[in-house]
Amino acid sequence: MNNQALYNYILGVTDNSLILAQRLGELCGHGPSLETDIAITNISLDLLGQCRSYYQYAAKIKGGDTTEDSIAMLRTEREYVNVLLVEQPNEHFGFVIARQFLFDVFHLLQMQELQNSKDETLASIAAKNIKETLYHRRFSSDWVKRLGDGTEQSHAKMQEAIDALWRYTNELFEITEDDQKMIDAGIGVDVSKFKETYYKQVAEVLEEATLKVPENKYFQTGGKKGIHTEHLGYLLTDLQYMQRTYPNMKW
Amino acid sequence: MKKEWPLWEVFVRSKNGLEHRHFGSLHAADAEMALANARDVYTRRNEGVSIWVVESSNITASQPENNPEFFEPAKDKVYRHPTFYDLPDEVKHM
Repeated sequence: MNNQALYNYILGVTDNSLILAQRLGELCGHGPSLETDIAITNISLDLLGQCRSYYQYAAKIKGGDTTEDSIAMLRTEREYVNVLLVEQPNEHFGFVIARQFLFDVFHLLQMQELQNSKDETLASIAAKNIKETLYHRRFSSDWVKRLGDGTEQSHAKMQEAIDALWRYTNELFEITEDDQKMIDAGIGVDVSKFKETYYKQVAEVLEEATLKVPENKYFQTGGKKGIHTEHLGYLLTDLQYMQRTYPNMKW
Repeated sequence: MKKEWPLWEVFVRSKNGLEHRHFGSLHAADAEMALANARDVYTRRNEGVSIWVVESSNITASQPENNPEFFEPAKDKVYRHPTFYDLPDEVKHM
């Protein structure tokens, strides 16, 4: 039973990266310039690579026919437990950057805690991920500042994206029953511990970017329970198409 | 957007002890962005341990039309190459 909680906990950590990787992958060949296109695709591949380690571990815990691919590709929408933030569509480049930034700050704090997990596999995956995540956070923070403190138009678009995505930030700090079991066991990360730090770090970058920190206190929730926005279904259709059409196909 | 970004030349040192070599060029709005772009475009397969970027407009280049007076006088001065010595057999790796 404890294993089921650990399995669910791992999905809660890594589904975020899988879905965000897929969203960023949509931009491959469509970035605003060759250089940013490659940068974003790199980040997408980093996240996807991180997922593999987690899903392989999760597959081992689950046993039976489960593989990393079946976990990543063959679940139904309600079985994905990523936060709503990462499934939000690309809209425009400001949204891509805002979504990335709001996630990266959280992701880095989460990895820094997870590397102290009592579960050695999770701890070592997290320790390995930190360098990549540090770079992602630097990339997205730089762009938030550049666009926020750029032209009138880039400022307006950046603010629009931050305002629109703000309502999804609180969900990052929700703790499910299984999360709590893992926290009690010293395996999971108590995300509530760094909630204040998160909002402080985000505010520092936004201020430097001359952007307003949104004040709205209404937050969306549901992703961690498998209840998603309408966008996830379309994303999964793309993600799962090959496996559904040609079951068990391999590269 | 890209049209307004200046061009930057990228130099990468692939291993400690070796020199930086010209790897290519790219567009970026400022030096920091040029560095980040260079990292993503030129070192994603573990090619480098150090990157320099310099705005292309800061490079002064020799002009092809000056080539005759620049380079040709050196052509017939073979004695400037250290090839007129008899090397003893014991000296290896020359």
